[in-house]
Amino acid sequence: MVDSSYCRLPVLGLTPFNPHNGQARFFALRLPRPPGTAWESWRPGQFVMLRPDSFGLELPWGRPLCICHVTDCCLTCFFQVRGRGTRRMAHLRPGDMVGLWGPLGNGFAKEEDAPVLLLAGGMGIAPFVGYVNTHPKPWNVSMLFGHREPLESYPVNNINEFVPLDCFWEREPGDLRLFLQALEERMSENARFGGLALACGPLPFLQAVRELGLKLQARVQLSLESVMACGVGACLGCVTPAGQAWPEPGKRGRPVQVCRRGPVFWVDQVEL
Amino acid sequence: MNLAVVLRGQTHDLALKNPVLTASGTFGYGLEYAPYGELKSLGGFVVKGISLTPRDGNPCPRVLETASGMLNSIGLQNDGAEDFCTRKLPLLPWRETAVIANMYACSVEEFARLAGRLDGEEGLAALEVNVSCPNVEQGGALFGQDARLAAAVTSAVRKAAPSKHIMVKLSPNVADIALIAKSVEEAGADSISCINTLLGMALDLRARRPALANVVGGLSGPAIKPVALRCVWQVARAVRIPVVGVGGIVTAVDALEFILAGASAVQVGTGNFMRPDCAFRLVERLPEACAEYGVASLDELRASLCCPTC
Repeated sequence: MVDSSYCRLPVLGLTPFNPHNGQARFFALRLPRPPGTAWESWRPGQFVMLRPDSFGLELPWGRPLCICHVTDCCLTCFFQVRGRGTRRMAHLRPGDMVGLWGPLGNGFAKEEDAPVLLLAGGMGIAPFVGYVNTHPKPWNVSMLFGHREPLESYPVNNINEFVPLDCFWEREPGDLRLFLQALEERMSENARFGGLALACGPLPFLQAVRELGLKLQARVQLSLESVMACGVGACLGCVTPAGQAWPEPGKRGRPVQVCRRGPVFWVDQVEL
Repeated sequence: MNLAVVLRGQTHDLALKNPVLTASGTFGYGLEYAPYGELKSLGGFVVKGISLTPRDGNPCPRVLETASGMLNSIGLQNDGAEDFCTRKLPLLPWRETAVIANMYACSVEEFARLAGRLDGEEGLAALEVNVSCPNVEQGGALFGQDARLAAAVTSAVRKAAPSKHIMVKLSPNVADIALIAKSVEEAGADSISCINTLLGMALDLRARRPALANVVGGLSGPAIKPVALRCVWQVARAVRIPVVGVGGIVTAVDALEFILAGASAVQVGTGNFMRPDCAFRLVERLPEACAEYGVASLDELRASLCCPTC
């Protein structure tokens, strides 16, 4: 028998961030730790496909959710209300059943002794919660966080206390320039010390990080977000062109699956 | 209960341990779903469409979830027949279950060359011919929308792959699907699978743009099940070769409905995205669904549709 990586779980809890600011748009979803040996070696940056029973026949796809944290008893994922599926997920209650498959994808590189600079844009903070909390030497990690919603909308309190966190709140167009300036300074400094930079966030943010990473010839990984139907590499709906440093020469410039070959890519191994 | 079926073709039969296959494009090359069930428990699986040479497919976005379904315009991304035969097929459990290659080409001659390449592959139990593709030699008209063209492709594949069971996958985007079915039967098809996706479109009103980069795409999922059932029923009445039902099948009850409409086997497509063990679970549940609905055998069910016009 196959130890199936698909399971059905009851929701333990759904916590809105920033509940005082009218309709919460960001949520932490808590589920029991899924069964299976795959969870013993999960990596921050990996994701799960989650499909609540309440989707019925009407919403056929699961939703890819980044894994935030896994403990002996719990799996926590964050999501932002974006469309029909996440809107319905915002109404999940304890005991509601969801289907879940994962952990999926590859996850971020982890180097104990190198300086690690985490670059998060908005909801891109999600995978880093697990990253800083599982890093054996969190004092080597620092984080730069650009966001548009008030800070309390995001799970910043879950970031390890050892990790210095610089936040930039973009309220008007000029703020973005300051953030990009900080991004360049921090990435240059990190590259000088042979550090690793990891980025997750919206596409324009990742494009800026990629450009800087290539210019500085820095070691940078990007976590891409994509619409996904299957999450397992079968449907080919979530592809992105492989970059010039892709390990299989025949695939360079050709589409590769974000779900299966990513969602984390070295900066020179992917085109955006 | 014995669930084994034999698709009795004009040239070659296709024996399946049960009537549940997975549909091309929704199940990768099978191994993607190995963590979710025993591939050998399936009647078989139809792999992602294969072309003679590698194709990158269409630009993104190329999939979109719609009400009770999805649109796709992947554009047949694949690494080509040579890569499939030498690198992918050897890894598949073809001794234990039927592996069926779905074929895509842009001309009759290319279909024949592709069929010729695949014919020698011991690991392939059958070839499924995707006639829902444009014929570049004739202004992009779809093979599957023209009875003569569909027949020409079928007969070319039949000749080029004399050792294989040939299943022709029909498009529902036609005025009279029974007419196309009869023409591919006459041209030598061993079985017919139907339906391929329905041509559809979705818009982003805010951006005033099409939601898919390719503008149009194929609609699949539970939304198309009534159309698929109707097509299976019409085709099964029109031809003597077996029909394989595809379109919105998610549960064992769905599968039995298709068999009642005249199908000998079924393919699970978009259901694989609803839960990755969908097809495996369907196989498991088939006996209890048969018991619940008083189905003594699949053959008995197939011949038993009561309707005023049958």
